[in-house]
Amino acid sequence: MRLDIVITGVGGQGNVLASRILARAAMEWGLPVRTSEAIGMAQREGVVMSQVRMGEGSYGAIIPDGGADILLGFELAETVRGLPKLKPGGLVIANRHTIFPVSVSLGLSQYEPEQMVSYLENSTARYHLLDATALATEAGTYKCTNIVMLGALASLGVLPYDAEHLKQVMLAFIPAKLRDVNLKAFQYGQQALGGV
Amino acid sequence: MKKLLMGNEAIAYGAIEGGVQVVTGYPGTPSSEIFTTLAAMAKEKNIAAQWSVNEKVALEVAAGAAYAGARAMVTMKQVGLNVAADPLMTLAYIGIKGGLVLAVADDPGPHSSQNEQDTRRFASFAKLPVLDPADPQEALVMAREAFAISEQLGLPVFLRPTTRTCHVCQDVEVAETVITPPKPAGFVKGPNWVIFPSLAAKRHIWLNEQQEAAREIFENSSFNRVDPGVGRQGIVVGGVAYHYVKEALAILGLNIPVLKIGTPYPLPINLVMKFLDGLDRVLVVEEQEPVIEDQLIKMIYQHRRPLVLRGKYNRYVPREGELNTDKVKEILGAFLKIEVPKVKQDSNQPALPIRPPVLCAGCPHRASFYVFKQAAQGQEAIFTGDIGCYTLGNMAPLDAVDTCLCMGASITLGSGLQLAEPDKKVVAFLGDSTFFHTGIPGLINAVHNQAKQTVVVLDNRTTAMTGHQSHPGLPRTATGTPVEPLDIARLAEACGVGFVRVVDPYDYAAALEVARQALAYDGVSLVVMRRECVALVKGGQQARVVEREKCLDCGLCIEELGCPAMAKGEAGPVIGANCTGCDLCSQICPTGAITKRGEAKCD
Ligand code: SF4
Ligand code: SF4
Repeated sequence: MRLDIVITGVGGQGNVLASRILARAAMEWGLPVRTSEAIGMAQREGVVMSQVRMGEGSYGAIIPDGGADILLGFELAETVRGLPKLKPGGLVIANRHTIFPVSVSLGLSQYEPEQMVSYLENSTARYHLLDATALATEAGTYKCTNIVMLGALASLGVLPYDAEHLKQVMLAFIPAKLRDVNLKAFQYGQQALGGV
Repeated sequence: MKKLLMGNEAIAYGAIEGGVQVVTGYPGTPSSEIFTTLAAMAKEKNIAAQWSVNEKVALEVAAGAAYAGARAMVTMKQVGLNVAADPLMTLAYIGIKGGLVLAVADDPGPHSSQNEQDTRRFASFAKLPVLDPADPQEALVMAREAFAISEQLGLPVFLRPTTRTCHVCQDVEVAETVITPPKPAGFVKGPNWVIFPSLAAKRHIWLNEQQEAAREIFENSSFNRVDPGVGRQGIVVGGVAYHYVKEALAILGLNIPVLKIGTPYPLPINLVMKFLDGLDRVLVVEEQEPVIEDQLIKMIYQHRRPLVLRGKYNRYVPREGELNTDKVKEILGAFLKIEVPKVKQDSNQPALPIRPPVLCAGCPHRASFYVFKQAAQGQEAIFTGDIGCYTLGNMAPLDAVDTCLCMGASITLGSGLQLAEPDKKVVAFLGDSTFFHTGIPGLINAVHNQAKQTVVVLDNRTTAMTGHQSHPGLPRTATGTPVEPLDIARLAEACGVGFVRVVDPYDYAAALEVARQALAYDGVSLVVMRRECVALVKGGQQARVVEREKCLDCGLCIEELGCPAMAKGEAGPVIGANCTGCDLCSQICPTGAITKRGEAKCD
């Protein structure tokens, strides 16, 4: 069993936490695991990408282009930016939420959300779109967008472990007073893609 | 026991397994978590862990501990090693008693650095052995073993992880029980600790002999290994590139012999020559400089071995940036003269927004930069910058960082610029941690030489960019012990600065007034812009909102500040959920349209 997951997003969206939760869950399931994350300057609202590799025969922590089984996009344009990492026929779960960088407000670059959506629709075979940030806000804070996304991923039955296991590992990562919010966020994510 | 550990954490665990007793360092991405992990365990494991004001100081403190027989580790990033270079070069001659490990993280790419210098080059320049881990697990073992190697040789030893080891997580085997190291034997007085020229001349011979001793240790090291394969073509690979080579070979379905090198300097000759014996063509794959390759070229010449060697010099392997499996696949294709299927790039992809890192929403530095830009309006001013989050102040629309070279250089470069262009205003920005690091000597130099410049200390009460480490301006040490904080303003006064003020950058009007006075001062003036880093303030101010009726949609707030919480909407600016309520935008809005969320009419 081997699974390579790429998480793309914007610095501050909880990319690192999400990849650590996926990795810890894999390790506790008895699988060898590697992750790679962007830390330091890139975290300040820049483009970030995390990679999680689990299972036998994983090499370094960097997934080759066209090698990822799953792409989790925490932000719409960043999902598109991450597509070259995905295998042909790979699975995409994309957050519909957009974060406009300062460069767009200043007129230095462009961001057309509708183009992104139709591009994702046309160029990917297995693709799910949800507004994870709206669901997170409903659960209590937009900051648990990452947990909604994990819930959505868990509901699809593509991970080597079940949703309950991922949920328990996630809760172990979260400080006690934030557990309820994150639990809700996880469940909203599951429900959004047809899970329980 | 298995733990999911980042490479830097793994190094910390390895150091503990190796019996480390003293740890020093200065934060720098990608190295910082080595120290912070050790500091967090310091009390429990009875380790002395100290952040130092800079890398030179860190190395000297660690060396002192090692003189007395303690096992010591010093952590820094590659550019930090330049600051420590002075003690390092002579420390190699003096040697040490207790094991001394320099954990210096390199940043090929570079992801978060001013340059891509290769620490292996520095180590070989200083004639000191290097261990180069391929992944977190190996980094742990190397960190543990490095102390013994150091003691065996009497030399400091380098552990040189790169970003893709430091910031990679792996399920790592950690020892359940850790041996408590014995009490250090103590410093024994003797002539060999005092570097007179006569001693240096003698020790240089010894140091050169130690190169052979180190080489012999590495001949039998488990950090070097042959993965057998078929054919007369082979690969020699160093550090993290090992996994890229193995994965690329697997993708291409190839099985050719690979020599994995974990000890790039000094290279174990016999081991390498034995590997080369069965081969006609060899490819060397390593990131950054041709450190292994250079030694191989020399060996091949000395042993008159007919061999086709490929690597950096034929441009097969790039000398800049990071490697990865995709690049190595291409390199292998060229070396083996085989077709490598390319991953197709989609040309229909829509244009993507440019998204560089920027100062956080509500970052106090944004306010400081804006204040000084406003205060300097109408005058020709150069804004010299420094290393830290605030380097991001050079982004549009602030454009308030005109230079950035190295730690502490904003003041000194400013002094130089001012010598050449006395009519221009010079404003030198640097952070609080940077001020202690190498800012003070520059400040003293400016005062003594009667410079005319304004120094702005962006005091956000932490070392933010590298993960919020402590420094001498704070009331606690690395391990949380309460201490008396150093007062930057009083220090500046003691250095002879004639105009010193402390102001809150969030208080726009007050800060602007201070900035104007500082710029008008005839001599060296210094302003401490004091306000805690937003990332440290949990649940702070109320978020702001734009009242539609009052907003003229003049765009001033967006165009002047570049706060990532503000975006252009259909009917004027829109403030997002990530607003921290710093209130800067509302203080510059000409119509008072920006108010507290919940208090605004249109909420
Ligand atoms: S108050 Fe204004 S400048 Fe400050 S974080 Fe909020 S939107 Fe940005
Ligand atoms: S500065 Fe004030 S009036 Fe101008 S766009 Fe911003 S909120 Fe509206």
